[in-house]
Amino acid sequence: MTVQVQTEIFNLNELNSRLHAEDPGVGAVATFVGYVRDINQGEKVSSLFLEHYPGMTERSLQRIVDQANERWPLQRVNIVHRVGLLNVGDPIVFVGVASEHRQAAFDACAFLMDYLKTRAPFWKREETGSGDRWVCGRESDQLAARRWEGNEGR
Amino acid sequence: MILINYFARYREQLGIGGEKMALNASLQSIDDVRKLLIARGEVWAQVLGETSLMCALNQELCTLDAAIEDFDEIAFFPQVTGG
Repeated sequence: MTVQVQTEIFNLNELNSRLHAEDPGVGAVATFVGYVRDINQGEKVSSLFLEHYPGMTERSLQRIVDQANERWPLQRVNIVHRVGLLNVGDPIVFVGVASEHRQAAFDACAFLMDYLKTRAPFWKREETGSGDRWVCGRESDQLAARRWEGNEGR
Repeated sequence: MILINYFARYREQLGIGGEKMALNASLQSIDDVRKLLIARGEVWAQVLGETSLMCALNQELCTLDAAIEDFDEIAFFPQVTGG
């Protein structure tokens, strides 16, 4: 179970193989990668800056991983989130989950992303043709996170 | 003394990343601190009065009614937008 916050780009193949290479009991790996999009809310985005709250970021990601472990039987969880200046097409976040069977892996991966998006202290600032702007939180993300409440998984 | 951190848009709008504040008997919760800051008026009232405001106590998300103690680290920030 590892969480990492870093400026450097990550290697998807390496992260993927690390989820199952050392454990023959893993039968399913589900991964999610988030990328910087070129257009947001109708405006062209040229780059993205990611700010975070050092210390709390790692702590909150670890807490989210712990919650996923309480809900599903997981062999391995790995989260990598980048901070700093990112360009269009760059990967922002990697979430990988290894389990015996697919359903736990799929569900835990979705849960981790939903909680990360609403509870981990990261903030995006976009650079657009008409200047910089802070990205606003979305109601759809709040709703997505809420669907896990009172639902114990498995 | 408590430490108050501001992040992202709040930091920019308030023009300050953090500050220290002496704790007294009238400051029992994060909301008490928030109200004191709002009393500074203008941008402080506007930013810290936002309904979507999020806060943390000692680097853990919390609600505004969280009780505070001396040497606590608190933070105010807008809705998070990572991922």
